[in-house]
Amino acid sequence: MSAGGAQFRPRLQARRTLGWLFAAVCVLFSLTSLLVLGVLLVEVFRVGWPALSWTFIRNLPSVLFPEQAGIWTALIGSIWTVAITALAAIPLGIGAAVYLEEYAPRNWLTNAISINIANLAGVPSIVYGILGLAIFVRWLEFDRSVLSGGLTLALLVLPVIIIASREALAAVPDSVRQAAYAVGATRWQTIRHHVLPAALPGIITGVILALSRAVGEAAPLIMIGALAYVTSVPGGSFEGYDHSLAGVWSWLRDAMLADFSAMPIQIYNWTDAPQKEFHVLAAAGIIVLLGGLLTMNAVAVGIRAWRQVHRTW
Amino acid sequence: MARILRKLREGGIHAALLGCALLSVATTIGIVWVLLRESLGFFSDVPLREFLFRLEWAPELGGKYGVWPLVCGTMLVAGGGLLLAIPIGVATALYLSEYAPHWLRQLGKPIMEVLAGIPTVVYGYFALMFITPNIIRPLYPEADVFNAASAAIVVGIMIIPTIASLCDDAFRAVPRALRDGAYALSATKLEVSTRVVFPAALSGVVAAILLGLGRAIGETMAVAIAAGMTPKVTANPFTSIQTMTGYIVQVSLGDTPQGSMAYRTIFVIGFTLFLMTLGINLVANYVLGRLREKYE
Repeated sequence: MSAGGAQFRPRLQARRTLGWLFAAVCVLFSLTSLLVLGVLLVEVFRVGWPALSWTFIRNLPSVLFPEQAGIWTALIGSIWTVAITALAAIPLGIGAAVYLEEYAPRNWLTNAISINIANLAGVPSIVYGILGLAIFVRWLEFDRSVLSGGLTLALLVLPVIIIASREALAAVPDSVRQAAYAVGATRWQTIRHHVLPAALPGIITGVILALSRAVGEAAPLIMIGALAYVTSVPGGSFEGYDHSLAGVWSWLRDAMLADFSAMPIQIYNWTDAPQKEFHVLAAAGIIVLLGGLLTMNAVAVGIRAWRQVHRTW
Repeated sequence: MARILRKLREGGIHAALLGCALLSVATTIGIVWVLLRESLGFFSDVPLREFLFRLEWAPELGGKYGVWPLVCGTMLVAGGGLLLAIPIGVATALYLSEYAPHWLRQLGKPIMEVLAGIPTVVYGYFALMFITPNIIRPLYPEADVFNAASAAIVVGIMIIPTIASLCDDAFRAVPRALRDGAYALSATKLEVSTRVVFPAALSGVVAAILLGLGRAIGETMAVAIAAGMTPKVTANPFTSIQTMTGYIVQVSLGDTPQGSMAYRTIFVIGFTLFLMTLGINLVANYVLGRLREKYE
């Protein structure tokens, strides 16, 4: 090829057409995932909607009579589990994030902790299940209880909460901290009264997204031995307990150590059953589960959008 | 006095927060310790040579402990998933960062989050009840009810958000000046995207794909539902296979007394899985770290 003006052909028209085609392909590919999401939702609703009713939500699961089976134990089990997860993971996760963003010196230890957290976020959820089985179920003898499940899921979502909270804390400008220090606040006073409130919306968004992940997880709960067929709800009845603080305490203890089910487990069980009637129940269960998750997601995204409008810095 | 109290409180809080951060290290140590302890018990009965080189996995029937069928099943599903997720994920990211109008770009991330937030058990239902009868069977009627292809498709769909979101970050991190330079030489948008932005962000794209692969390998419920329970070494995606995660679920659903051989296989397969994903994630995070240094 010889260089020179005579050989230079811009071919602008062809290049633009090619560019236009490429853009079209990109749009098409981008739409694929939305299309799949749409098909998935339509399919689940088509199959599951007729089975969805108040009885379905309030009834206990049944091996023999699919028409009478319900998701109540799984629904309440999921709520218990995620409550325990939240109680354990939120303070620990935010605490770790505050340490890493506000206190930690830049040294090898901090660096190692950060790398470790990034890698923990990539550990498969089933491995956390194995950890929970060995630590909570066998070693601490919590058995296959809501407590074991909730704590296992807490370990699973901790890295997610830490990473999101760190991002929110890092986004608070240093001028906020310097202003507090300038009027004599200590490090903790600065963080408590100024940095944390400013970062809170971001943290809440991250926490909600992490918890919604916990609600949908089935694999770790299967590992620690959650059941699909439990006949009672953890803490479902207050009968036989003292109406005193001690009574409430022993009720809570028994509830936390009770056998439990969770919605993803119940859905898995119904999907895995050979009879068609159970597949319908699985679809109905998925509608309930997705309804809960999408509400959580919408709240999280809403808080973030609100934040972007009402930013104070 | 008040000063001393305040110092004490500050110190106590500092220590408590450090404790929270160190819990993550304790988690990692816990995982390694738990997996290693039972795995060592396993390898005192089964030689490592058998585990690594035998091509059959049948712990119940005749005690054949070669890990390859499970690894092969995992790779078949993860590889198939990547084939689907890489083009779609990268194209989505390129569109969002280079072409899309501002409002659509703002919408992109939340939509990705919703997609990523759908539980994997739901994708499993979708694979078994919709993809196999409506997509796989019409194209290939001899396909098994449980097959690797349907699992691979949903695993691919599941990791699209991971890949797209990370690629999007990588493309956006490419400095404006590089694009402007190319435009000044009268490059078209396609040329800027594919010959300037993409190469500049290549390490980020590689990291995104690796993290997607890590997720695909560890994916459990969809695979346990749709891929089958037949461990075998095959490249045929239309047959029933079993992945490492699928095996772990199958065993833990059964009755396995602590200390039995079946109980130990959970840990040894879990350890294999952990080492694979850890290796992939370490490389991916290292690449991402280098990329950040380059542009920040």
